[in-house]
Amino acid sequence: MFAMRKIPWGKYIFLMLVAGFVLVPMFATVLGGFKSLGELRTNPFGLPEVWEFEYYAQVFADGSIWQLMKNSLIIAFFSVLLTLIIGTMTAFTFSHIKFAGYKYLYNYFLIGMMFPAAAAILPLFLKIRDLGLLDSLSGVVIPQVAFGLGFSILLFRTFFEQLPSELFDAARVDGCSYIKFYWHVILPLSTPILATVGVFVLVASWNNYLLPLLVLNTEQQYPWTLGIMQYRGEYGIEWNRILAYVTVTITPAIVFFLFAQKYIVEGLTGGAVKG
Amino acid sequence: MSNNVTPEKRVKVASNQSAASNQSVSRWFKKNNHGNRLLTLVLFLPPALLLFTIFVILPIGEAGYYSLFRWNGYGEPTKWVEFGNYTRLFKHSAFDTAVWNTLKIILISIVIQLPLALIIALSIYKKSWTNSLFRLIFFLPYILAEVAAGLIWRFVFDGDYGVMSSFTEALNTDSWYILADNNWAFVAILVVLVWKYFGFHMMIYIAALQGVPKDLIEASKLDGASRFQAIWYVKIPLIISGITISIFFSILGALQTFDLIMPLTGGGPSNSTHTLVSYLYTFGITRMNVGFGSAVGVVLFICCVIFAFTYQSTMMKDKK
Repeated sequence: MFAMRKIPWGKYIFLMLVAGFVLVPMFATVLGGFKSLGELRTNPFGLPEVWEFEYYAQVFADGSIWQLMKNSLIIAFFSVLLTLIIGTMTAFTFSHIKFAGYKYLYNYFLIGMMFPAAAAILPLFLKIRDLGLLDSLSGVVIPQVAFGLGFSILLFRTFFEQLPSELFDAARVDGCSYIKFYWHVILPLSTPILATVGVFVLVASWNNYLLPLLVLNTEQQYPWTLGIMQYRGEYGIEWNRILAYVTVTITPAIVFFLFAQKYIVEGLTGGAVKG
Repeated sequence: MSNNVTPEKRVKVASNQSAASNQSVSRWFKKNNHGNRLLTLVLFLPPALLLFTIFVILPIGEAGYYSLFRWNGYGEPTKWVEFGNYTRLFKHSAFDTAVWNTLKIILISIVIQLPLALIIALSIYKKSWTNSLFRLIFFLPYILAEVAAGLIWRFVFDGDYGVMSSFTEALNTDSWYILADNNWAFVAILVVLVWKYFGFHMMIYIAALQGVPKDLIEASKLDGASRFQAIWYVKIPLIISGITISIFFSILGALQTFDLIMPLTGGGPSNSTHTLVSYLYTFGITRMNVGFGSAVGVVLFICCVIFAFTYQSTMMKDKK
């Protein structure tokens, strides 16, 4: 018998230090919204001595924050929906309908994954402008979908090909058409991968900054990432207001993360491990 | 003989031929369209193909074309400047800085961020509730939007309010505005980058480590391997594919760093903290220098392509 395992203190101290490095700025942000500017200056990281609620109240008061969140949500929703539909359709043709030259076409989509979206951002901007999509939410959604396709087709195809081929043979013997097979068999069996890709696209869209910055001009259309930068521009160094604003805007992402951890981790690292 | 063929006959022959070809087409169609196979193809493929071509592939080609003009994006590009944009670019000292900064990000990722992520992954990859909690904490920064993370750290680095003010007060010196300091601003950004992304790499390593068969580690222990030897000779070789992937991601990410720069410094002070993309944004997009901006994009694109191919042919050679 071994004696009681000794607790590796060194390891825990190290982990606690790193955890502190990660968490202290976050706690300071949440608490900073409850402090007056004077207190923030003398006590940036501790608990507030006097809890002030007005800064948080003001963030909600003018209502623009709801509009921002709504826009972000609309953009994210349609990006996820379109990526899932178009991505699965394409991946299905690659996995189940082999046609002449499909490998080249598949690689065509894969090379897109290596392109940095920013490299061609000016021509992309002109394209969006010439198509009349400037300053509209679809001008953000459609390019986002296009850029997410390579990655999602890769993950979908890998998953579809791992489904037992007996399913497909049986369906074909029963006279099931390809479209029906896709709709009634493939999609219902693919919920794990749909969730994984969906979460990836959702998070990427929710956090996207460069594309909306380029495409959108009117504040009515802004997603929260643009709103937060504008708020910071308005209030300059009134850090307590800005911190309250940051806290409110990042809360949905953190809550979502706590609830959907498994899928988020898979969605964000899954491509790496499986690919 | 052929002269005797009447027009009617000719028509007949022709129609016979076309009927035959029609027949073969329809036969080919029937043979290949079992279960509406072809129809599905025609319905399912074009949306992705169109979107991808129009918004991803074409703009890359256009960037190459536009980069040879001086153009503000209105009308047709007419002012051909050959490689003028490129020579202007390579002479610009801010572009030099941007390239160096990008290299610094890559260096810090490989020398500090990835080893840190690996050490942490090794110490918390086993399943237990404390380990899950640590994993959760370390991954948290990664899911924050870059702009939010940037603003949080801008506060932390603020010489009047943040951690810097606590330091300078404790030392009784003047306030230090690190983000406005030419020499140190980018170091501050590197700290934020590590903070933001090490959790992502940690997760890749954890996923890989959990796939390492336990009996291998047990066997190495029975053979008298120390903990360090077990890590160095057993675990790390077995997760090498995870490591190559994470290096790949960190370099590709470094080449595209932008969102964090804007809320932290916006590229300043005096253009000392630009990355390739923030440089492209500042000097190409905000001034609508389509030609010049496209030239930056082309350079960025070529960097990525060269990197991707050398990477594939060296690091991933044995992984086919």
